[in-house]
Amino acid sequence: MVTDTSSGTGPSALDSPTSTVDRRRPARRLARRRVPAPLALPAAVALAFLVLPLVGLFVRAPWPTLPQRLTEPEVLAALRLSLVAATLATAVCLVLGVPLAWLLARVDFPGRRLARALVTVPLVLPPVVGGLALLLLLGRRGIIGQWLDKWFDATIPFTTSAVVIAEAFVAMPFLVIAVEGALRGVDDRYEEAAATLGASRWTTFRRVTLPLVAPGIAAGSVLCWARALGEFGATITFAGNFPGRTQTMPLSVYLLLETDPPAAIVLSLVLLAVSVAILVALREKWIGSPA
Amino acid sequence: MMVFGPVRRRLAAAVATAAVAAALTGCSSPATPEPSGSTAVGGTITVFAAASLTDVFEDIAEDFEAAHPGARLEFNFAGSSALATQINEGAPADVFASASPATMKTVADAGNTDGEPVVFVRNQLVIAVEAGNPKGITGLADLTKPGITVALCAEQVPCGAAAKTAIEASGLTITPVSYEENVRAALSKVSLGEVDAALVYRTDAAVGDAVEAVDFPESAKAINDYLIAVLKDAPNKAAAEAFVAWVLSADGTAVLTRYGFQLP
Repeated sequence: MVTDTSSGTGPSALDSPTSTVDRRRPARRLARRRVPAPLALPAAVALAFLVLPLVGLFVRAPWPTLPQRLTEPEVLAALRLSLVAATLATAVCLVLGVPLAWLLARVDFPGRRLARALVTVPLVLPPVVGGLALLLLLGRRGIIGQWLDKWFDATIPFTTSAVVIAEAFVAMPFLVIAVEGALRGVDDRYEEAAATLGASRWTTFRRVTLPLVAPGIAAGSVLCWARALGEFGATITFAGNFPGRTQTMPLSVYLLLETDPPAAIVLSLVLLAVSVAILVALREKWIGSPA
Repeated sequence: MMVFGPVRRRLAAAVATAAVAAALTGCSSPATPEPSGSTAVGGTITVFAAASLTDVFEDIAEDFEAAHPGARLEFNFAGSSALATQINEGAPADVFASASPATMKTVADAGNTDGEPVVFVRNQLVIAVEAGNPKGITGLADLTKPGITVALCAEQVPCGAAAKTAIEASGLTITPVSYEENVRAALSKVSLGEVDAALVYRTDAAVGDAVEAVDFPESAKAINDYLIAVLKDAPNKAAAEAFVAWVLSADGTAVLTRYGFQLP
C-alpha cells in the first residue's frame, strides 16, 4: 500500500515542472486518494488540533458588539503599530538576513557550522529570554546601551524601535533558514556560468542568484513577517507596554484578557483575519500554491 | 546498533532513576505515618496565587509540607486577573489567592469559590527606586520631573489599579514609559536600571538588594486587600482547606508579616 502510493506520485511527479502537472492531474488524483491509515489518522488529528482552538475563538466571539469594538481608537492604534513594526522588522531581516544566508550557503569559512547553529538560537530561546538578552545588551545599563545613553542621550527600550528590534531578533532565523535552503537548492552552475562570462561575485549575486532564489526569499519574508506580527514575549520584556508606542496587538490581547476577555477575543480575531488575508494574498502572488 | 547504544544506555539510566525515585517516594509517603490528630492531608494542592505572593507563599509552603509529609504544593503565580480568567475557564486549581477584591469577585460571581473568600493580608504601594536612591526621589511629585523615567503596572492588574487610585488622590499627572503586565515586571525594570522608579507593593520592593522603597502618603488611599478562597471544583478539597487554614493561622501570618504584609 505504502510503496504503491509513493511510486504513483513518486519522484517523476515531484520533479516535473508546474506546466506538466496539469496534464497529469487525473492520474495523480487517483494515486492521492489511496492514503494509508497510519498516515491518515494522525494527519487528521493534527489538522483538528491546529484548527479546533481557532473554532473556539469564533464560537465565543461577542458578535453583536463586534463592529463597535473594532473601531475603538486603541484597537486601531495597536493594529497599526503591529503592522508597521512587523513590516519594518521584516525589512531589517531582509537587508541583514539575505547576505547572511548567502554567506552560510556559498562561502566556506572557518566556523561556518557554528555560525549556522548560532543563527537558529533565537528559534529555540523563549522569547522572554530573548527580550531580557536584548535589554542586557541595548538597555540603559546594557553593554552597548550604556554608551548610546552616555554619548547620544538615546535609550532604546520603551520605544517603537525597540519593538522592531525585538521582532527582528526572533523573526530573522526564519528568513535566514528559508533563504539558505533556497540557495542550497539552486543549481550553482548558473552562477559558475556567470563567473566564466566575466561577472564579478557581486554582479552574479545581484543578476543571477537573487532572481533564482526570489521565491525562497518571498517565502522566508512571509514567515518572518508572520512571526514578527505575533511576537509577544521579547516585545513586552524589551520594549515594555505603552499604547500607541509599544503596545502591539498581542500585548493588548494579553492585557485585555485580564479584564475584558470578549475584547481580547475580538482582537485575536482581527489579528487572525489580518494575518490569514495577507498570507493568502502573498502566497498566491509570489509563492504559487503547491496543490 | 552502534548508534542506538548510547541512547539505550541513557534510557536504561533514566528508567533506573525513575525506579529509584518511585521507590523513595513510595517509602516516604505511605510508609510515614501521619502525625496523630491531623486528618490525612496529602496529595498535590494546586494554588493559583498573585505574582506578589511568590516568595512568601513558597516560604509558607515549605513549612506546610514539613508539617504534612504527604502533601505537596504546586503554585501557579501570575497576575491575579489572568489567574481569575484561567479559573473561570476551568483550570483545575484548589486554592485561589488574589491581590485584589475585584479579581476575587469575578471568580466568586462565577460561582467558582467554595464559601466566602477571606481577606488574609493587606499591601501598600511604595515607590521602588534603585538602591541608594541615586535620583533622590522622595515622593510622587518627583516622578513628574523631566528626565525621571517611571514604570507603572497596567491598569488591568491590581497594582496598576492601586497606582491609578493613589496618583489620582495626589492630583498629579505621571506619564510612565511603560505599563507593565505585572508587579514583578515593573520592579525588574527598576532593578535592571531601565527606569528610575516604579510603583510596586512594599513587599515586592523588599525582595532583593537592588531596589529600595520610598514611602508616599497617597498610598494610604489605595491599600490592597488580598483574599484567599478554596475553589468549588477543587480536586483536593480537604488538603486545600488545610492549606488555607494554615495561611490564616499564626504559622502563616508570622511568615506573611515577616515579608512586609500587613494583617487585616
